[in-house]
Amino acid sequence: MNFDYNEEQQLLADSLRRYLQAQYSFEQRKKLLDGGPEVWAKFAEMGLLALPLSPDYGGFGGGAVDLMAIMEAFGEALVVEPYLATVMASRLVARAGSAAQKSTVLPAVAEGRLKMAFAHLESGARYDLAAVKCAATKSGDHWIVEGEKKSVQLAPRLVVSARTSKGVALFLADAPKATPRRALDGFAEADLVFSGVKAEALEGGLAEIEETVDFATALICAEAVGAMKFSCDTTLEYLKTRKQFGVPIGTFQALQHRIVDMYIAHEQAKSMACLACSKIDTAENAKDRARAISAAKIKIADAARHVSHEAVQLHGGMGMSEEMKVSHAFRRLAVLARQFGDADHHLARFASL
Amino acid sequence: MDLNYSPEELGFRDEARAWLAANLPRALKEKVERYEHLSKDDLLSWHRILAAKGWVAPAWPKEWGGTGWNVVQRYLFEEELGYAGGPPLIPFGLSMCAPVLLQFGTDAQKKRFLPRIFKGEDFWCQGYSEPGSGSDLASLKTKAVRQGDHYVVNGQKIWTTLAHYADWIFCLVRTDSSDKRQEGISFVLIDMKTPGITIRPLILMDGAHEVNEVFFDDVKVPVENRVHDEGKGWTVAKYLLGYERMNTGRIGASKRELEKVKDFSKNISDIRFRDRLARLEVELMALEITNLRFLDRMRRTGQPPGADVSMLKIKGTEIQQGLTELALDAMDPAANDEFSVALRNRYLSMRKTTIYAGSNEIQRNIISKMTLGL
Repeated sequence: MNFDYNEEQQLLADSLRRYLQAQYSFEQRKKLLDGGPEVWAKFAEMGLLALPLSPDYGGFGGGAVDLMAIMEAFGEALVVEPYLATVMASRLVARAGSAAQKSTVLPAVAEGRLKMAFAHLESGARYDLAAVKCAATKSGDHWIVEGEKKSVQLAPRLVVSARTSKGVALFLADAPKATPRRALDGFAEADLVFSGVKAEALEGGLAEIEETVDFATALICAEAVGAMKFSCDTTLEYLKTRKQFGVPIGTFQALQHRIVDMYIAHEQAKSMACLACSKIDTAENAKDRARAISAAKIKIADAARHVSHEAVQLHGGMGMSEEMKVSHAFRRLAVLARQFGDADHHLARFASL
Repeated sequence: MDLNYSPEELGFRDEARAWLAANLPRALKEKVERYEHLSKDDLLSWHRILAAKGWVAPAWPKEWGGTGWNVVQRYLFEEELGYAGGPPLIPFGLSMCAPVLLQFGTDAQKKRFLPRIFKGEDFWCQGYSEPGSGSDLASLKTKAVRQGDHYVVNGQKIWTTLAHYADWIFCLVRTDSSDKRQEGISFVLIDMKTPGITIRPLILMDGAHEVNEVFFDDVKVPVENRVHDEGKGWTVAKYLLGYERMNTGRIGASKRELEKVKDFSKNISDIRFRDRLARLEVELMALEITNLRFLDRMRRTGQPPGADVSMLKIKGTEIQQGLTELALDAMDPAANDEFSVALRNRYLSMRKTTIYAGSNEIQRNIISKMTLGL
């Protein structure tokens, strides 16, 4: 048992942090929200896109632990690139695609030439991964997908879930044209209407979706830890510098105990993110994996809520301001707390396992 | 990073588990399971069984009887020890007085006291709190006045756990009453048989006699029983605090309690109850991994635990209390058998955990000041 990042993991995380500090500051991020191809190119250059993919397709064969430090750094900088979306979709291709599909898609992802997303969420499904109404029908040598997917991050190539006579299945398709918007946390996304969209079938269904969503859940646990770290650090700084009644407000015990509780919540969340990422890489069966992931997500959802609420409250009016990064961390944590299932959802899953 | 135990670590754990299961006397285990009163003999008999095996003080240096286990092995053992369900090892000698002697004691002090602590020949208690000095420990007033080769001690300690069993007490006393607060304190070891010591029981709300008041009336303490220099008692106390808090998570014991509550409540299908139970289980997982992260940091850096280990005390005690609350909620309100009565009393008794060993509010002050720099 050990909690160390190995040298490679640490070096990559350090260089990513240096890049984000220099080129992805809060001010720069505001501009990048309107599109920044150079960021994606840099991710490719640093090997972030190749990292989770197999060496057979130009990747480095990294697992969740290898991605953990990256996701933490993304969380600290509130990165709004479709990195996780691309990791998820390419993971599904890697696990369920044919040799031909993999050799078309994966090297392009690894080299930064192709952004991808997993189009899965539908109206009313909430967190039920099996609730898929989109339908796919066979037409000659390809498939036709019909239906609607919600809140899909912007990417030209998609993995889409759709129902066939055999249950939920996975398909590879080009993204239909749609009107983009900003989600609560600043990510660019769109609702997609599939009407006669041609698609290729992958060899996989619900089990692959569950595995990939568990994998992604472990990663957003790490990302939430990063966003919480930022929130705690910036709030601590504020308590030390903001003066009222002639003294720094951090001298008041009522506030000291509250930031200590934020700090503890962040540390515990970090512990659970370690558990989630480590278990994803090593769990012997789906039950062990699901138990660790759900336990982690319960704690991360609770901690994200606690830390984000308190960070804004302790900043006073400044915490509400659009101009302060802490309010954007609040938005991100509000989304991360619910993404792939909120605390209630995972509590029900954990208790049932 | 790999949170799984290695095959060697699992082998070590299995060996410890098997030995503990085979050597914990059944009658003792049942007494603990039923939350019955534990006598001094009960406590010491388990201590002595472990001492005979050489497993009573794994963290000590090898020359004094430590096992030479690494941090992970020590943790695994402690967890198994808690999980085995024996009487608790009383910490005052083994993990409080001994680390202090090892760090600050003279060779003569080590030779005199450590082997007896190891074998369970001396029962120790801790003389810190006073009626006017709880959280503000440095305001303590028990006075030790030097007279030749003795100190003469006068004053009163309170909340002294198991003083009525104790052969020795380690005390913080004031050796300098001028304005210095912390600098005027010294750390002394006092034989409980010394004339002038009076013990008065304090009965807590569960009806149990566990803590006491201890009065010192012209008690003569040889100067050789002072640990570290005169006026350095606060340094000693601070050193001890970190180690004390490292041991407050009680994860193995809480795991065992959690299993008991699960078993005890398996007929309760109310989803609100099931949710609270699951949430507490997740809390315990988070505490366990956080504890392991701190141990891993100690292993990597070779540094003693930092002030942030206070969070283990905060979270560990909240969980211990949460478990007693769930047990109370799961209990049949109509039940009045001995076990049910003991469980209700345990709910009362465990409220002490967030108060003792530095209240959880004091722990927050420590993190605020030492870790966050406020």
